[in-house]
Amino acid sequence: MSKFPNVIAGAAVSLALGLPAFAGEYGLGRPALPEEIAAWDIDVSPDGTGLPAGSGDVFTGEEVFAEKCAVCHGDFAEGVDNWPKLAGGQGTLDREDPLKTVGSYWPYLSTTWDYVNRSMPFGAAQTLEADEVYAIVAYILYSNDLVDDEFVLSNETFTDVELPNAEGFFVDDRLESEAHFWKAEPCMSDCKDTVEITMRARVLDVTPEETATTDVAVEQAAATPVAAEPIVEEPAEEPVVAEVALDPELVAKGAKVFKKCKACHKVGEGAKNGTGPILNGIFGATAGVVEGFRYSKPMLAAGEDGLVWNDETLAAFLAKPRKFMKGTKMSFAGLRKERDIEAVVAYLRSFDN
Amino acid sequence: MSDKADDFAPSRRRFLAGAAATGVGAAAVGAGQAAQAATPDPLITEVQDWASGLGDGVDATPYGLPIQFEQDVVRRNVEWLTADTISSINFTPIHALDGTITPQGCAFERHHSGAIELRKEDYRLMINGLVDTPLVFSYADLERFPRENRVYFCECAANSGMEWAGAQLNGAQFTHGMIHNMEYSGVSLRTLLEEAGLAAAGDFKDKWVYVEGADASSNGRSIPLEKALDDVLVAFKANGEALRKEHGYPVRLVVPGWEGNMWVKWLRRIEVMDGPVESREETSKYTDTMEDGSARKWTWEMDAKSVVTSPSPQAPITHGKGPLVITGLAWSGRGAITGVDVSIDGGKTWTQARLGAPGTDKALTRFYLEINWDGSEMLLQSRARDSSGYVQPTKAELREVRGLNSIYHNNAIQTWWVKADGEAENVEVS
Repeated sequence: MSKFPNVIAGAAVSLALGLPAFAGEYGLGRPALPEEIAAWDIDVSPDGTGLPAGSGDVFTGEEVFAEKCAVCHGDFAEGVDNWPKLAGGQGTLDREDPLKTVGSYWPYLSTTWDYVNRSMPFGAAQTLEADEVYAIVAYILYSNDLVDDEFVLSNETFTDVELPNAEGFFVDDRLESEAHFWKAEPCMSDCKDTVEITMRARVLDVTPEETATTDVAVEQAAATPVAAEPIVEEPAEEPVVAEVALDPELVAKGAKVFKKCKACHKVGEGAKNGTGPILNGIFGATAGVVEGFRYSKPMLAAGEDGLVWNDETLAAFLAKPRKFMKGTKMSFAGLRKERDIEAVVAYLRSFDN
Repeated sequence: MSDKADDFAPSRRRFLAGAAATGVGAAAVGAGQAAQAATPDPLITEVQDWASGLGDGVDATPYGLPIQFEQDVVRRNVEWLTADTISSINFTPIHALDGTITPQGCAFERHHSGAIELRKEDYRLMINGLVDTPLVFSYADLERFPRENRVYFCECAANSGMEWAGAQLNGAQFTHGMIHNMEYSGVSLRTLLEEAGLAAAGDFKDKWVYVEGADASSNGRSIPLEKALDDVLVAFKANGEALRKEHGYPVRLVVPGWEGNMWVKWLRRIEVMDGPVESREETSKYTDTMEDGSARKWTWEMDAKSVVTSPSPQAPITHGKGPLVITGLAWSGRGAITGVDVSIDGGKTWTQARLGAPGTDKALTRFYLEINWDGSEMLLQSRARDSSGYVQPTKAELREVRGLNSIYHNNAIQTWWVKADGEAENVEVS
């Protein structure tokens, strides 16, 4: 964020007068308008420059975090699966496999605020209000035992917080500490007496199997037959329904809307369960039956009670997931526009075959 | 993809099985001796379909992909590395390429919020901060500035990162494939900054530019103004054609010699500032944790490094003993490659390899060592030297300074254990 608003004002004035404002020799481009700069120049520096006015407390932060962050980062910022852990790890930096979190590693709080504000939640970046960002950051501090539960983070209190590892970094010193890698004459012969193999990759066996991409797709399709089951059960009906209903434009629109879902749900060839289950063949399927996915208890119970995903049930679930099913793991807030819901459902149906 | 291509899905296993069958014959012939055919080769004596019928017309493939027989030469992902394929990385199949230029279609990808689709018409580049006039450029504006063409490597700081604590991944693609080398066409960043005017920046010495992309991650990085004015490019073409979506179409930053994370894709804003932003990607990531728990930051230059690409675990020797081409790649973020040494005995003795062409500044250099392989085991290594006088260190030498937790900037000498049957394995040696 620029500390020199007068420069911006100057540009606006010259634009208003219709004068060329170019400093350069080519006269290309046009002056950036103050509103444009304000929209894009949102970076926050360690001294707090760039922070908007606002505040949020730990309690609010816990609620917002549970709703928008916990699906990947866990209720206590402890991280789900391979997703980043945001809390803990203090005192581990000099051990094997250090745990690097906001509390244990990140030097500046501004980095957390800036990143949450511009890039989170994953798949819905730049949808948070400033107060929500303050609240989330306050909760992350709390999760790291750095503030108590009464704490309120605001643009006023921001620079009072110093992260534990603020002094833990030093500027690249390779020219000194690794000066011995600049060698006049590297050894060419009799460089060592013996050579022993001390470690082998094959022992670990963590290298991906080297098959062609088509093979992989086939294997994955074979490994996930559950999604196709409902179609097998109702062979007479399914193809007919699929043929009449799908409007290609609606499907295309649905593909766009589905970007909101993509962080957790995969669909299509080679799709696998992620934070959410794969959605191939979900239309017409019984709730909670995708193999290998750990559903919430309410979702499993609903499936056992006969809940089938069709136009009505999907629409209701996607509009307000937690209202439709109390206790679902899906932390998505819901799609507000009916048209978006229709489009997503059409898009999902296109993966029925 | 046609049905025909689907039928042909070569796995390495299948390939090896075939190779073993022919390999026996070749090995029996021995070094320096031409093979004697027992029976006439039907590929020569019989008229083949392709020599009689017709091939595809010129309109069959408006934009071509490699022929079906090469479909195993593709980028690959290591699933366990990341939580998800959207914020993840894949690897260039360097074991199967030659020369130095990486085709865009198999050049590694690293995204933090996925590869976005951004039309040229929707593209805007803003320059603001400590400049005389904050400016907005359209894509068409950028094409009207004087252009440069330069070949540079782009290496992810995490390339070989999985190998810090020990030999892990069995293949040059996986150990060293977070790299590509392309010819970029674009405008120097200096030209654009001067167009906005730098009088407002005052003394350049303590100034920075903050660069960010248009994707959800924005992947912001701070770069000293001196580097920005030196050799940084705002590129819109690579290897002669538009950048691929996954490499930042329509415009990316090229920061020669410096870690790939700074090469911001879908570049949308450049802000001249009086200090670094200390963004996520330059604090919590891309910093090198030392043994004592302290961390190096601003380790931008990629030190000299090399790897033998063939033979290697994914590219075993299939022809038996006799003439063998050992080849690989070398590069340095501090200048040009001046020489590469190859060892077949795990570093006891070294032989200077032949460079495919003289090394150029911050670009890949291909090296070759042609030997007459006697069929015995080899511990194959390569060692790069650059124009700054730097010599690529061993793993032990690097660990002595940095410990085991650095993750990033591992430029240690790689060892392949090539066995008598031609198979190779990633190992560490004393």
